[in-house]
Amino acid sequence: MREQVVEATVRALQKAEIGLPEWVIRRIRDAAARERRPLARQHLRFMLENVAIAGQDHLPICQDTGLPIFQVRMGRELKLDFDLQEAVSEGVRKATRLVPMRPNAVHPQSRENSLDNTGLRMPDIIMDYEAGRGLSITAFPKGAGSENMSLVAMLNPADDPFDYIVERVRERAANACPPLFLGVGLGGSFDLSARLAKHALLDMDGREEDEEEQALLDRINSLGIGPMGLGGDTTALSLRIERAYCHTASLPVAINFQCWANRKATEVIL
Amino acid sequence: MSEHHLRTPLSEEDVRMLEAGDVVFLSGIIYSARDKAHALIRRDGSPVSLQGAALYHCGPLIQEGRVLSAGPTTSGRMARYTDEMLEMGVRAIVGKGGLPPEPFRERAVYLAYPGGCGAAAARRLEVVAVHLSDLGMAESFWAFRAKDFGPLIVAIDSRGRDLYQEARE
Repeated sequence: MREQVVEATVRALQKAEIGLPEWVIRRIRDAAARERRPLARQHLRFMLENVAIAGQDHLPICQDTGLPIFQVRMGRELKLDFDLQEAVSEGVRKATRLVPMRPNAVHPQSRENSLDNTGLRMPDIIMDYEAGRGLSITAFPKGAGSENMSLVAMLNPADDPFDYIVERVRERAANACPPLFLGVGLGGSFDLSARLAKHALLDMDGREEDEEEQALLDRINSLGIGPMGLGGDTTALSLRIERAYCHTASLPVAINFQCWANRKATEVIL
Repeated sequence: MSEHHLRTPLSEEDVRMLEAGDVVFLSGIIYSARDKAHALIRRDGSPVSLQGAALYHCGPLIQEGRVLSAGPTTSGRMARYTDEMLEMGVRAIVGKGGLPPEPFRERAVYLAYPGGCGAAAARRLEVVAVHLSDLGMAESFWAFRAKDFGPLIVAIDSRGRDLYQEARE
């Protein structure tokens, strides 16, 4: 089973780095058809062309092959007799050579590069437990351009969180390689809000936004930031909100930015 | 909105004729540098002459001397070095996300290459040399030979027009 996890990790990373999920391509294509600004339309088409080239040349879409982040879905009845962190790490080291991926992981202070994308607490594995005996791994390599723009804020309960989100997107979107996918965490605690925002991105699968998500997405797209921040109708392609109860004195808000190259691939092991 | 095919080294006239919104394709040598290379150049000077240079904010993915993926990195992190680089003779900074426009006035332009489009860039760039290679793959100072590298959008022109600022307003 350990070997299967290692190989599934390699395959998930290979798939994620070189192609995009079909629903992501569809959202970009639909936006290109609607976009009114010629320069913005050209950008969206060039992004799609780049994905096609990556497929033909079998190369990573983007040179920032990201920080290795994974979601593992595991059945509660399943028992693993090996160290999952260690197995996924081996998969990351292998994929770094095979894909190949740029060595991105460094010590936060010395900035020393491990050269294999692993290190202290890296890869980051987000565990989700489910009923049954299943096991799957999703690779979600996260580039720094969009991750660097993400943030957590402890708002005053009297503040409007959506006004806050729209302003932060206005300021930050250009650096995050728009059109964006936005994961929003509302409520919880300081760190729970951030995890909610990450989960919002992990669970994003192309389903229609609900009414509240769509209203916020429309406000963001009316900013006119456009692809790569150079102006246009297309600033964000999808937005998902995850919520948790919070303290009566708190209103935590987290925004996890994801660039247009929303790379994600799942391998089912069991 | 016109299209220009330019060759490095760039002259002052080359960059002063460019207007925000124009599209540029660059040929000739271009250099990549990001956080660590900028810090070293500030400390020790540039390993090559930057007169008329195009400086690409990029940390490429390279394997055995071949460019595999080479899109732009966020220029904002290097904003503190813009003045110095332009003083050394850089005529065009290529990147994404933009920079404060003031230092570009009358002498240089900022060119935006679509972020994330590293695979397409790899078809237009080949490695000529690597400097400051102790910094590792992403942070080294690479010299690339570009062949019609683009589309590069003139996002900040030498008259102070800034498309990013216009989009935010």
